[in-house]
Amino acid sequence: MNIAVCVKQIPDPNVPGKLEADNTLDRSGKPQIDDSDMYGVEMALQLADKAGGGEVILLSMAPGGEVAGLRTGLAMGSARAVLVSDDALSGSDALSTAKVLAKAVERAGDVDLLLTATESTDGYTGTIPAQVAELLGWPSLTFAKHVEVADGKVTIQRQTEAGYDVVEASLPAVVSVTAGVVEPRYPSFKGIMAAKNKPVDQVTVADLGLDAGDVGWAGARQQIVSVGAAPERQAGEKIEDDGDAYTRVVEFLENLKVI
Amino acid sequence: MAVSKTWVFAEADGDKPTGTTLELLTKARELSGTLEAVYVGANADTLAGVLGEHGATTVYAVDPGDALPGVVGAAALASLIGEHAPDLVLFAQSYDGRDAISRLSVKLDRPVLTNGTSLRADGDQVVVGAAIFGGNTLVDTEFEGEAPFLAAIRPKSFAAEPGGGAPAQVVTVPAPDAGRAGETRVLERHVEEREGPKLEEAQVVVSGGRGLGSAEAYDPLVEQLAKLLGGASGASRAIVDAGWVPYAKQVGQTGKVVKPKVYIALGISGATQHMVGMKGSENIIAVNKDAEAPIFGIADLGVVGDVHKVVPKLIEALQARS
Repeated sequence: MNIAVCVKQIPDPNVPGKLEADNTLDRSGKPQIDDSDMYGVEMALQLADKAGGGEVILLSMAPGGEVAGLRTGLAMGSARAVLVSDDALSGSDALSTAKVLAKAVERAGDVDLLLTATESTDGYTGTIPAQVAELLGWPSLTFAKHVEVADGKVTIQRQTEAGYDVVEASLPAVVSVTAGVVEPRYPSFKGIMAAKNKPVDQVTVADLGLDAGDVGWAGARQQIVSVGAAPERQAGEKIEDDGDAYTRVVEFLENLKVI
Repeated sequence: MAVSKTWVFAEADGDKPTGTTLELLTKARELSGTLEAVYVGANADTLAGVLGEHGATTVYAVDPGDALPGVVGAAALASLIGEHAPDLVLFAQSYDGRDAISRLSVKLDRPVLTNGTSLRADGDQVVVGAAIFGGNTLVDTEFEGEAPFLAAIRPKSFAAEPGGGAPAQVVTVPAPDAGRAGETRVLERHVEEREGPKLEEAQVVVSGGRGLGSAEAYDPLVEQLAKLLGGASGASRAIVDAGWVPYAKQVGQTGKVVKPKVYIALGISGATQHMVGMKGSENIIAVNKDAEAPIFGIADLGVVGDVHKVVPKLIEALQARS
């Protein structure tokens, strides 16, 4: 079973983010794999292992031929990657990105299952999984907190407001996995060394058969009209616990009449 | 041309519209001449009164059977939009809302704006505001190109208020063929027992983070305190990622947005990604060992101390009162 995983390479989320003059994200820092995508990579490796074979293929769209984040996923054990990198993609919205990733799935070859996170940590639009599925004409099983594949079918536990639903579809299909669904492995030294020689198929928009006018700024059809600082919240009282700080908390709750 | 017809993708919790559905309808009353709802479920008749009270004159209803509601919803919307031509379709930033808006955007080849926390119409322009970088920056974005505009709005962005309308007229439409996507089946539904209020609706939310030290500390500290205060329990992304508690409890940018009367953060340092989900709370109490933790920058009452020492005493004091 061949499993593709969407992997976003993002600026370090612990460094405060900045926008460029054209309102795109400042990507000058060293990109890394989005933590949210580590779960998809790990899940893919486990499912491929269980199925007794097949490849795990990473799919990514990033400027400047960026592979730093892909190398992490390759070091974990993925076989290869497809990287779409093209100046024409600057300014792409979620729908354009989904069009690119859907083409990347086709480029990757015989894919039975596509795994994604539920949303990225930086842009967090959160629509890519079902958009890619719709573009491919595949079922989408979203917000999975448990995934099993057997007999050409994928079955998940889908997070709901009330609990979870057991949802099933036949392959090929798209599954978006929630954080914590599995515990991502740390790449071994051997894995890190091997990753350096694993193939990354770097392609352009034209290679995928897409029109540059349908992606990037040209395809976005939305315009940022203002950017401003959110109102700051002020810090209030701060106390050191001397053993009795709880009494101040009780008082605070009393004043608010919640107790 | 102003926005002359707005649709809301309605969702229900049992026999009641969800809070976000009513928030969206209330907001949309400001915008448009005609306001209608589209609902995927078998019980539209039981919702029609409340939907109408909040401004919807009509609810188009489609029964999904055991297919995923968002998938059926997108297919139904695509065909209804062809017929009725709304200018703007609003979705809740919810599990099914996200499925529906995503697939619909492809079917119509229209962009989406998601995670909205504000919405306004400027003539024929529709502007959606959203927070980025963990909530420290607000970005307003307008749609360009052809209507309908598709936007997903986060819960609690607006207040829900009835406007005194008559019950919405229910127009039942057949479930369309969604192709292979429509083959997805819901086999079982599990309702997890929840004591106390829902996380997004609770007056008091108690959340735990990495500072709890272990998964075992969550129940006796976070759950116990939440229960005593009649509140709901939440979590930072760090401990959801670590598998200590399920994703459903996550408060933050990727997770739920809460605006309770009191938010109590236990052992949470205050990553920007968490703060965006709770900084709209009326009052914030934080307990953390690290005096430099960013959470203290927004807390109304900050206690620099060990949650394992402060919280048991607090729980004991509260138990002694009841």
